[in-house]
Amino acid sequence: MSADPSIPPAALSGEVSLPEQLADVEPVRSVRTPIRLEYDFIPGSASSGYLNAFADRKILGQRSPVDGAVFVPPRGVDPRHGAATPDYVELPDTGHVGGFCVTRLPIPGRDDLEIPYVSAWIHLDGADIGFLGLVAGIDTSEVRMGMRVRAVWKPDDELGRTAENILYWEPTGEPDIPVTAAGTNAWHAKQAAAGEQG
Amino acid sequence: MAERLRADLVLEYPFTRTTGPVIGAFLTGLREGIILGIRRPDGTVLCPPTEYDPESSVPLTDLVEVGPGGELMSWTWVDPPRAQSPWDQPHGLGLILLDGADTPMVHGLLVESPEGLSVGMRVTARWRPEREGHIADLEGFVPEGADQ
Amino acid sequence: MRDIAVVSVAQHQEKALTHTTEVELMVPIINEARGAVGLTQDDIGFTCSGSSDFLAGQAFSFVHTLDAVGAVPPISESHVEMDGAWALYEAWVKLQIGGVDTALVYSYGKSSPGSLRDVLSTQLDPYYLGPLWPDAFSLAALQARIMLESGAVSEQRLAEIAVRSLNGATNNPLAVRSSAEATAESVLAEVPLADPLRPSDCAASADGGVAVVLAAGDRARELCERPAWIRGIDHRIDPHQPGVRDLTRAPSAQMAAARAGASADRLDAAELAAPFTTQEHILEIELGLRNGTAINANGGALAGHTMMAAGLMRIADAARQIHDERADRVLGHAASGLYLQQNLVCVMEGE
Repeated sequence: MSADPSIPPAALSGEVSLPEQLADVEPVRSVRTPIRLEYDFIPGSASSGYLNAFADRKILGQRSPVDGAVFVPPRGVDPRHGAATPDYVELPDTGHVGGFCVTRLPIPGRDDLEIPYVSAWIHLDGADIGFLGLVAGIDTSEVRMGMRVRAVWKPDDELGRTAENILYWEPTGEPDIPVTAAGTNAWHAKQAAAGEQG
Repeated sequence: MAERLRADLVLEYPFTRTTGPVIGAFLTGLREGIILGIRRPDGTVLCPPTEYDPESSVPLTDLVEVGPGGELMSWTWVDPPRAQSPWDQPHGLGLILLDGADTPMVHGLLVESPEGLSVGMRVTARWRPEREGHIADLEGFVPEGADQ
Repeated sequence: MRDIAVVSVAQHQEKALTHTTEVELMVPIINEARGAVGLTQDDIGFTCSGSSDFLAGQAFSFVHTLDAVGAVPPISESHVEMDGAWALYEAWVKLQIGGVDTALVYSYGKSSPGSLRDVLSTQLDPYYLGPLWPDAFSLAALQARIMLESGAVSEQRLAEIAVRSLNGATNNPLAVRSSAEATAESVLAEVPLADPLRPSDCAASADGGVAVVLAAGDRARELCERPAWIRGIDHRIDPHQPGVRDLTRAPSAQMAAARAGASADRLDAAELAAPFTTQEHILEIELGLRNGTAINANGGALAGHTMMAAGLMRIADAARQIHDERADRVLGHAASGLYLQQNLVCVMEGE
């Protein structure tokens, strides 16, 4: 074994001895090894409940049994405590922008999406985490944290068990909520308020 | 809320892998229609060749021609053929000890039925007409004399 | 060396989890394992899990499953793309190093959404074996024929191993294949699945998960009436290419057992994670199991094989026999890779 790590082992240096027939042919240096795996994807209990209701224009979250925090979309668990969340909560299709991003790069396969577009964490009224959506119906330069929005749904006869049901979120025109109580600050503001009352 | 949902999910990995000089030499050999093994310090020959000795881990570099004939050490029957395998008909899968090699390689056995297979039988390589430097350049192995 | 013990186990297994995510599967299992010894995640010093993204079809899928643990505030955590038995080994090392006295170990496998025998082809060397897509049963059949032709085992012996599993599994609610009536004759009459392997030679595939709590020294004694003390644990590996190995043997299993001290005293029970009867036979020999050791009394991995969890489930099954005072000294085994390429042996004792 070489003690000098800068000297590659013989097998990496390419110094192999070959039978005569291969002395003057172009060596193979790479090989195609494609893999294709097919799965029957199962969304599970909580997501199935969410998607089935979503097809009826309803947004379901789940409530933490530990402190009442509401998660949407639901995953069957309060991930902070590892506690099961069997109780569903129906949520309105209004909320505020908790955080957003203006994107000027196209998404492969989404030719319908005009650039630039705004993706945002939408914090629904009554929910305690955000979920992802597009914000439209407003100039991208006008989008801001705390801006009130409502869902723009596909026509009822086009609804399905898919995240595509909500086309985008548009401004309601209501006054913004303060940035200090928007997005990830909302939960802390709520806890502080509850503390003052208690 | 009781309805159970499902969706198709397909993952594809369109890998191209670099071979290094040893595996590259083996695949070059297949493209040129010869099978290579690699000689260990004790004189025995590994086929397919590995870059390092499996016992002592010393680098191996001495590639030598083996086969194309050999002996069937073990077999099973694959019916139906697996979707992504190089074979579209029921076929055997075998451990083949090529002449000049001391370790067997896994490859397909091209016979009509499992009745045509037995441990110890002589087999020989059948090549695909179009070859690119891939393990499937070897179409598989057939009973010796079958292709004459 | 610190004294470290398995103090709590919980597991679930069924043929196919068609309405449950990995997270939904693991929430009750993890809570049961922690709850049984009165711990919450705040009391756990280190958390380690084992799973494979290829089963879920999702990169880094284990980060989702941490939702089932509760990782707020942030926890000390690690993951292996191995059977959970190797996660247990990492946790054991962490406890040996000190600084923590408790560990949560879990693993899970939900292979039903894909074709496991094909997914397993992706573990093969990608140049010589992988592109031929030999499936798991066919590769095992090549080994079986070599064993039969060389006299390393007989068809009758393989059938007896299958019957031991089928009969034993009748008392195991987590088994997915069992039969009180099966006999060697009935197994030998089965049509081969991958000649010469019959369906009962091949483990019944299952979905499931398992969680284990480890604790060190006095903490273990506080938490558990009769801790299953880990007296020896080791894992070893053989080369990958099937051609360079004697397929009738598993030297890595023998070495792991020797280093874990398996044969230092009488073993009351051994739980083996062999996915085929042929490999269970090899393990009996390599691990030096003798008459008087109950092997896979509840059917073992053949009666229900959850990929990525079968080994940790065996360790859990073995530990529970110590907890319940059914045994004083037990062995749990885990395997990974083609032809038992990698083996882990865990020897546990009661006090």
